[in-house]
Order: sequence, then C-alpha cells, then structure tokens
Amino acid sequence: MEQIGLSLADWLIIIVYFFFIIGIGFYLKRFTKSEEDFFLAGRKNSSWVAGLAFLSANLGALELLGMTGNTFKYGMYVAHFYWIGAIPAMLFLGIYMMPFYYSSKIKSVPGYLKLRFDEKTRVLNGIAFGLMTLLVSGINLYAMALVLHTFVGWNWDISMWISALTVAAYVTLSGLLSAIFTEIIQFFLIWFGLFLVSILGLLEIGSVNEILSRVTELYQNVSYTTLWSSSTDPNLNGMVISWAGIVLGLGFVLSFGYWTTDFLVVQRAFSAKDLHAARMTPVLASFFKMAVPFIVIFAGLIAIILANDPQSGFQLLKDGNQVNYDSALPMLIKRYYPAGLIGLGITALLAGFMAGQAGNVSAFNTVWTYDIYKSVINKKASDAHLLWMGRAATIVGILISVATAYWAKSFPSIMDYMQAIFSWVNAPLFATMLLGMFVWWITPNGAFWGLIAGMLSSFTLFLAQKFNWFDNTVLTLSDTASDMAINFWRAWWAWLICFVLTIFISFFTKKKPKEELTGLVKGLTIESKDLNISVYRKPEFWAVISLIILVLLNIYFW
Amino acid sequence: MKPIWYFVGLILFLMGLILVVSGISLLSSGETHKTVLGHTYPDLWWGSFMTLSGLIFILVNRTKTV
Repeated sequence: MEQIGLSLADWLIIIVYFFFIIGIGFYLKRFTKSEEDFFLAGRKNSSWVAGLAFLSANLGALELLGMTGNTFKYGMYVAHFYWIGAIPAMLFLGIYMMPFYYSSKIKSVPGYLKLRFDEKTRVLNGIAFGLMTLLVSGINLYAMALVLHTFVGWNWDISMWISALTVAAYVTLSGLLSAIFTEIIQFFLIWFGLFLVSILGLLEIGSVNEILSRVTELYQNVSYTTLWSSSTDPNLNGMVISWAGIVLGLGFVLSFGYWTTDFLVVQRAFSAKDLHAARMTPVLASFFKMAVPFIVIFAGLIAIILANDPQSGFQLLKDGNQVNYDSALPMLIKRYYPAGLIGLGITALLAGFMAGQAGNVSAFNTVWTYDIYKSVINKKASDAHLLWMGRAATIVGILISVATAYWAKSFPSIMDYMQAIFSWVNAPLFATMLLGMFVWWITPNGAFWGLIAGMLSSFTLFLAQKFNWFDNTVLTLSDTASDMAINFWRAWWAWLICFVLTIFISFFTKKKPKEELTGLVKGLTIESKDLNISVYRKPEFWAVISLIILVLLNIYFW
Repeated sequence: MKPIWYFVGLILFLMGLILVVSGISLLSSGETHKTVLGHTYPDLWWGSFMTLSGLIFILVNRTKTV
C-alpha cells in the first residue's frame, strides 16, 4: 500500500509528545521517594485521576484498532464489550469489592489472596499474572511496531526500541505515578486524536440514522446494527452468538474476571487517596467507558459503508486473501486526516501503545517485587531495597517485553491468542475472588486447587478447540459460533469448573478461623458507611445513574 | 506538585497550536487539503478547539498544587 507521508507539523507533534512524557518522568522523580510512592503513587490520587487512569490502562491502541476492526467484522455486537461487558463489573468492583481490597491495605491483588487464603495461592496467581502481563506487553509492543511499519513505513526495530526505552525511562524514574500521568494524557490524546475520525465520517455520510440504515441495507439477513433483538438465534447476528453466551461468557465471567481481579486496572484504584475515592474510581470510569463506542463502533460502521461503496475508493488492507480488519481505523485516518492531524492520530495510537506497555510493566514490577521476590526470595528486604528492586524489575520487564515482541514477530499468530490468555488467568480467578470475598468457609486448599483446575481447564479447552479434539457445539450449546463466541463460552466453563471445585474441596479441608478473616470477607467485616456526605457524592448514587444510562443505551440500540 | 490537569492543558495547547499554524499556513497559500473533507480545513477548526481546551485547563490549574 501507499504509505502515509509525514509533514513537518506531523513530526513536530510526535516530537512534542516524546519530550513531554520524558520530561514528566524527570519532573515526577523528585516526588517519588518511598516504595509506596513508586508502587502506589503515594496513595494520594483523587477519584478523577484514579478513575481516568483506571479506564486508560485498559484503553490501549491495540484495543482501539482491534475493536474498530471487530465492528467491521461482527457489527454493533462489539458494543457489548463496552456496555454489558464492562459497566456492571466496574460498578460491582466499586460498590462491593473495593472496601475489602482497599481497607486491607494490600499492595496487589495477589496480596489479597495471601491474606484471605495462603502464600501458595498468592504465588500461583503472582506468577500467572506476571507471565500474562509481560506476554501482553510484548504483543502490544509488536503490534505498535507493525502498525507504524505498515502505515508510516518506520523501521520495525527502531520504532520498537525507541518506544520501549522511553517507557523504561519514565516508569523507572517515577513508577506508577508517571504511568498514571501518561495514561491520563493518553486518554485526552485518544479522544482529541481519534474522535475526529467519527465526526468526519458522520459529516461525509450524513447522520447517525443514515449510518445505521445503510449498514442495515447492506446485511439483509444478519443484523449488524442491533444489540439484543437478533440474539435469540446465533444465525441472526454478525457475531454468531446467542444472548446466553453474551450474558454468561462476556457480561459475567470475562468482564467481571477482568475488571474486578486484573491488577493492571485495579492497581489504579489502589492509588486513590481514601476509600471513598477508591470506590468512586471505577464508578467514574464507567461513564467514560460507555462513551468509547462513539469512537470505535462508529468508525467500524463508517468503514463498512465506505468499503461497500465502490465510489468511495475506500478499502481495507489485505494479507494475501485475508482482509486485515485491524486496518480499518488507520485507513480512515489516512482518508480524513490532512498534514498535522496525521501526526496527532499517530501520536494518539503511539500514546495508547506506550501507556498500555507502561501499565503492564508497572503492574508487573509491583507483583514481582511484593508477591514473588519479597514473598519467596527475600522475606526481610527493606523498603529501600524494594524500591531498588521495583526499578530493576521495570528494566528487566521491558527487556522481556522486547524479547516477547521479537518472538511475536516470528509467530504472528500469537496476536490472536490475546483474548485466550485473559481467559486462562482471569476467568477462574474471578470465581476464587468472588467466593473468597463473600463466603467465609471457603478454604485455602479449596481456593488453590480450584484455581489450578480452572486455569488448566481453560487452557485444555483452548487446545481442544484448536486441535479439534471435540466438536465446538459441545462448548457453545449451539449449532454454530464465531471464534469470539467460543472465547466467551470457554471462559464460562473455566469459571464454572473453578467455582464448583473450590466449593467441593472446601467441604473437606481446613477452614481459616473467622477472626483471621475480619476485614477480608463480607459478613465478618464492619463496613464503614459514607454517612457524612450528601447523597449525590455517594458512589451508590452515581452507580445507579451509570446503570440507567447503560439501560437506555441498550434500549436505544436494542 | 502541579496537578496532572495542568500538563494535560499544556500538551493540548501545544499540539493544538501546531495544528492551527499548519492550517493557517495552508489556507494563506490558497491551497486545500487533498483528503476527503479537506476543504473544511479540519486541522484549523479542530486545532483551535484543542488550543482553547488546553488553555482552559492551564488557566484553571495554573496556581493549584497537589
């Protein structure tokens, strides 16, 4: 393809971004004195700062490119990832789970497992999370280099190393604090840099109704513009999935598994200045999460219309005979953005990739330092030594990410396994956390063996599907299913196996005394209530508002 | 420490300014962009919006510390 040429204005914008974030790293270093400053940003953040960082840690460029491409492939059903597949879980975290996480003053999610269960469950989850994080970070890096190489013609190695070293520099200097600062800057750059694609697409095509009606005309037998009315039969919608798969697999297991247990996002809430701010963190983030489809879904639908209109001259890239769906957003940028704006669009993607990597590395350095190094290797490490170890872990984590990126380059298909990786680690962990926080008699051995069984079953189901050990219909309970639908169902079964086994083993193994579980389990904890603040400042109030908007959006696009 | 919103304002202001200057220089040369809807000069109006948004963030947070 003809690559996008960059003008002086484009280069200036990209250079401003790089100087800016390195400068922020140096500026924040003077405020990063203790290990709590480095790993938890000093626990000083307001709910707005923690909330936007909470959302931005998830809003990487890979997600933006992938979800726009998925909309092209599957239609509006992709909005489920942002609405039912995120909002209920975020609100549940803020309202019900955060009091136990925050009040126990833990530094990581595996740290909670240690207090609630035992050391072996903590180390198991710490190792699984660390591996997952570095793998995802490396894939992120690989994807960034691939996008820049394909669309702008930049050298693969140089663009990867420059961005990796930049992230290493600012995270090593000031840890989570600089990661959070750059995530919030990324949030604004993504909106200012990419929302214009949807605005210009709307101007070209006419209106939202025009977009929906033209996509509906294109697909007469399968719905690409509804959310639920075509979910009674998988054959009626672009994602080839039924409502049960969406609700159980995505809305319950994958969504709750990710948003309530993945330390990458939960760490941002831990950085809040008090329990009220920590509870508000995911609640505030839920409003912005609901708005993201106005970038990705609109862009995907606009791409569908343009690609099916021969007069438009718009096409997605092809890898051989395969359509490259992820090229939808960059091709729209190329279509609409003149000099200067191209630089802004590329910077928004770069910021997304780099902030995603910084988020993964800052979560990794915390889990490595506290849940593996201090827990297993050096139990008597001083605070100063842990701060040094956090910085060293950042550099090592970045180097492993780079190595993973080169590995991904030689096996490009590992990109496809991103969703699968989440279902191996997060889906069963959600069953463990849910039981651990809400049922006091769940035992350490029940949690440990249930978690192992859940992770192994998810991995085994993945292999079974890949090598056709049995028919997929056994998994999905329907005649037909897309790859995405199979992902949802696999997560559901892994969760269920972990849930049932954990309960079963707990019947026969030794329980922890109730007094050791105070502050960790509902029913054994005196929960502090926000009695002295007005109703409109309470997390519950804003959670209800968020839920109402969620319901209205689902009804509008029913 | 300056609040994050101050830095958000700075980067939006700087980037918006680059877009506005780039858009004005093209407009004054009598040319238009070759992209779809390029004749509306999106760099100019979007850049102005960014600059203004950045300026508001800077002004509101210029004396604040956290």
